[in-house]
Amino acid sequence: MASPAPLVRNPEGALDQVRAAVGSAFIAGGEAVGELSVTVVRESIADVLTALRDTLEYQQLMEIAGVDYPERAERFEVVYHLLSVTRNHRLRVRVSTDEAMPVPTATSVYPAAGWLEREVFDMYGVVFAGHPDLRRILTDYGFAGHPFRKDFPLTGYVELRYSEAEKRVVYEPVSLPQDLRTFDFMSPWEGASYVLPGDEKAAVAPPAPSAPAPAPAPAAKPSARKPRATKADAGATPAPKKPRAPRKPKGEA
Amino acid sequence: MAETYEVPTGYVELTPDDAQTAGDREITNYTINFGPQHPAAHGVLRMVMELDGEIIERIDPHVGLLHRGTEKLIEHKTYLQALPYFDRLDYCSPLGMEHSYVLAIEKLLDLEVPLRAQYLRVLFAELTRICNHMLNIGSHVMDVGAMTPNLWVFELREDCLNFFERASGARMHSAWFRPGGVHQDVPLKLLTDIGEWCDTRLPQLFGDAMSLVIDNRIFKQRNVDIATVSKADALAWGFSGPMIRGAGIPWDLRKSQPYDVYDRMDFDVPVGTRGDCYDRFMVRVEEVYQSARIIKQCLNEMPEGPIASLDRKVVPPKRGEMKMSMEALIHHFKLYTEGFHVPAGEVYVATESPKGEFGVYLVSDGSNKPYRCKIRPTAFSHLQAMDFMSRGHMLADATAILGAMDIVFGECDR
Repeated sequence: MASPAPLVRNPEGALDQVRAAVGSAFIAGGEAVGELSVTVVRESIADVLTALRDTLEYQQLMEIAGVDYPERAERFEVVYHLLSVTRNHRLRVRVSTDEAMPVPTATSVYPAAGWLEREVFDMYGVVFAGHPDLRRILTDYGFAGHPFRKDFPLTGYVELRYSEAEKRVVYEPVSLPQDLRTFDFMSPWEGASYVLPGDEKAAVAPPAPSAPAPAPAPAAKPSARKPRATKADAGATPAPKKPRAPRKPKGEA
Repeated sequence: MAETYEVPTGYVELTPDDAQTAGDREITNYTINFGPQHPAAHGVLRMVMELDGEIIERIDPHVGLLHRGTEKLIEHKTYLQALPYFDRLDYCSPLGMEHSYVLAIEKLLDLEVPLRAQYLRVLFAELTRICNHMLNIGSHVMDVGAMTPNLWVFELREDCLNFFERASGARMHSAWFRPGGVHQDVPLKLLTDIGEWCDTRLPQLFGDAMSLVIDNRIFKQRNVDIATVSKADALAWGFSGPMIRGAGIPWDLRKSQPYDVYDRMDFDVPVGTRGDCYDRFMVRVEEVYQSARIIKQCLNEMPEGPIASLDRKVVPPKRGEMKMSMEALIHHFKLYTEGFHVPAGEVYVATESPKGEFGVYLVSDGSNKPYRCKIRPTAFSHLQAMDFMSRGHMLADATAILGAMDIVFGECDR
């Protein structure tokens, strides 16, 4: 491999070993970018992790990551990263779930899962069934919502400041002096999904062939930029951002 | 004897209840707040402690007071714009954080990095390790009551920060590691100065400071056999770095999963024998000397050459080149507005940061922004173990245990 990333060799037949250990819970698996990952049935994740720990020596659970794919039916992925210090190997195990379906807890297999699951619960709202202490962990006391979901705005909904009048910290709806701007640098001929200002006219009616076009209204300032989101949009829940279709990697020239 | 004893008339036999004097009160377990504004909490940590007298019965650490939503912010930035956030995670070892991130991007891009850049990265990653350990060793020693060594090792930390400044222009938030290499080359004088510093000032000053501590009776009383962690516990709780080595497991990602040019380096991995706070401390002390060894090897072996990949679709050209070449100007413009696109895929890249395994789980959808960037902080699993490690110890030991864990909240809370 050309890149200087940490070297983890996948031993011969590692995937088959994992498949054998996982058994009927196995859904899919494969190697990508030099890393081995398997997808398993959500209900049996605790058994899968137990089997992997006991038969294939994955002693450590290093990380549980949540990922949100709003366009999927089961929108959340819970990704477990296992490490074997004896076999010097890493394995990624993933399950998918949605807002309502609980994932069985891994705390009985790896005690380190306690806080990691609390974090996924806090950030994504994934419920872990059987977790002994499923509280929020990173967000504020009394926080509402799950901030890392893709439909949660970057600015959040509330901001807090110290009120000199009330002599305490007060929570207020977010008000931004300037609207949050998200630029998207895709060029229009490379697959940007929005309509450029002015393009909508072309679809409605062809222009009169001879009549001179009236001067454009001064307010309609032509701009190549994407129209800004209004303030109301920033405050309210915006529609889930349409994920860009995965694009082919550019040829490295 | 007892049965022959008779209570003389006029006296009253005492029962245990009568042993109380006026003003005595029964006490039960009580709960105190340690932090969030406590100098030994190393940041904004709030620990709700349940105490039986001075014995810790239970600790519930409340983290997240420094949560800034770094991972969410990164999803809204291009890959290069997201890099400086990593400096601000563990602000005691900024380059160690950048290292995982740039390696993750390079792995997804399958980008080759010139040898000089790899040497420079290893050199500065080890300098960062020394810098981090100076802070931790000093503050650990101060947490258990010694003042002088902290002031001495802070001089060394200051030296490290000056080296960072001479390399990148910034003392702490360097943003110097970039996808494809490093941002700019270092002057030769800086390299010779670092080499001289490793030979003279570091061993002298650090040796002096440690001679006050290592065999000190009070320091040992405060640390030996405090919060012992077995090998099994260290594995189960996801320990890494000096914490797992202190527990006796020779596990170092620089050895077992080498990245950059660590496979060319010759260094030893110190391992503890008892798994207590003193072992964790001594592992860090030895790591400082080993880091100095690696730095010397880097200085000796570092080749001349480019300091960043010459792939102009990832690494921007230098200013001078832009003055002469239209192509370079276009590349510069595109890379600093749109940024580079990373092929769709996902990687988990973990490096041996000074505090342990610092991992970045990067999910790319093929665009110029990360779809998801999950950061694996070292502190999360260590702090989680605070409860079982300090159970049964005295309240005053909590600071020693916390000091030996080496926790920084910029990284823990993200």
